Amino acid sequence: MDRLLDLFSIVAIVAGGFFFMAGSVGLLRFPDAYTRLHALTKADNLGLALVVIGLLPQMDSVLAALKLVLVWLLVLLSSAAVSQLIARAARRRERTP
Amino acid sequence: MDEFLLSAAAFVLLMVALGLLRVARGPGYADRMMAAQLLGTGGIGALLLVGAAVGEAAVVDVALTLALLAAFTSIAFVKFMAHKDRPPTSEDDA
Amino acid sequence: MTGNIVSLAIVLLLLALAVWAVVARNAFLAIAGFVAYGLLLSLVWVRLHGVDVALTEAAIGGGLTGAMLIGAVSRLRGTEAAARAERSGAGVHVLALLLSLGVAATLALCVLVLPDPAPTLAPQVAQNLAVTGVGNPITGVLLAFRALDTLLEAIVLVIALIGVWSLAPERFWGGRPGLRHQADPDGILAYFARLLPPLGIVFAVYIFWAGADHPGGKFQSATILAAMWTLVLMAGLADTPRIDHRALRFGIVVGPLVFIAIGVLGLFSAGALLAYPPQWAKPMIVVVEVALLPTLTLVLGLLLAGAPARRGGGA
Repeated sequence: MDRLLDLFSIVAIVAGGFFFMAGSVGLLRFPDAYTRLHALTKADNLGLALVVIGLLPQMDSVLAALKLVLVWLLVLLSSAAVSQLIARAARRRERTP
Repeated sequence: MDEFLLSAAAFVLLMVALGLLRVARGPGYADRMMAAQLLGTGGIGALLLVGAAVGEAAVVDVALTLALLAAFTSIAFVKFMAHKDRPPTSEDDA
Repeated sequence: MTGNIVSLAIVLLLLALAVWAVVARNAFLAIAGFVAYGLLLSLVWVRLHGVDVALTEAAIGGGLTGAMLIGAVSRLRGTEAAARAERSGAGVHVLALLLSLGVAATLALCVLVLPDPAPTLAPQVAQNLAVTGVGNPITGVLLAFRALDTLLEAIVLVIALIGVWSLAPERFWGGRPGLRHQADPDGILAYFARLLPPLGIVFAVYIFWAGADHPGGKFQSATILAAMWTLVLMAGLADTPRIDHRALRFGIVVGPLVFIAIGVLGLFSAGALLAYPPQWAKPMIVVVEVALLPTLTLVLGLLLAGAPARRGGGA
């Protein structure tokens, strides 16, 4: 059972790492500020979510596991709000050079 | 398992470093504004992995603090970068 | 083996970020590099099992310092072009390089010639921790064994705040710090600034209370509260208080005053300044922490807000 949980963790964390990489590669290669922002948020939502899911079996108590999920929810909330603000600021700069 | 977690943390840090390249190079202010966001998320990911690797349960508290404060720093970045050349008006941050 | 490679990678990245923060031409990029450096340092502390320090580093380095530097850069915007136009001669650069290398080499030498095992009081702290009533050795050291240091730190923070206030032009003394921030009251920022602070406050209270037996404590809690307050200010949902407001000034000094009072009480009841009578250690520590929380929060928040910049009407 332990080995199965460890295997699950490894698979989930590797998948999370893949999305972090996708986010960074997108950040480097996409042509436009808005598309780059889109790539960045993939790392937040999917990358961190998969890492959190992968770490859940490694935690000692239910409280620690719940706090882990809370971290992810907080990051979701703040990245949603901040991405909006960045996009609007970028748009405004375009309109008024 | 600990070694894998540490390597995963190093990988996430490497991805953040790559992202910082864009922040340094990026020909626009939006790219710079994304710095705090990128650092926050990558930092939290790496922090959770390193915490699990060394077995410190309290690291989740550090990650929660970082989540709250990275949001705050990102907004500070956006606010002061967006108003680089002119004073803030009431249409901003709509 | 992997551990060593990862440590090496982290050290190299730290050095690269430090160099970036120093040589970046754009002030904003330098700040981004500095914040990244602080976050990476927080990771290093976790790796070294210093979770309290990592918590403080994440809070201050990842949050407040970045915002403070951004505020400073925006205030210096007018002079940035002139500062960049100044070029010091090659001689000054070489001298600066030699001095920095000298300091670094001295520090490295001091670390390398430390006796092994390094002299430390940690075993004595671990032995006597039970007397203080707290389970976290860091809290025990900060508030019981070396309480004098913490008291002096709190006083230094208040003095720093007065120093920042003293930069105000004479006509604005007593007014409100900073400019009034504007934001669309129906927009994203206002919504976010209404949603996040309650979560932040709950978490700050948790961190404050957890500091007794787990990593945490009043300082990290105050940092989170100050950040939430500044967020509300940045969204224009509240205005900075007038600095001659009596309740504000009372809140700022209540921490050191209570601390000194407890210290003098200890002089009479346990024989030395800031000594605690045995059964009363934990309650007295809690009283000091509760009193220091508003002081630290107000001081940190007001340090971010800056010197008074306008004559605000009303209370």
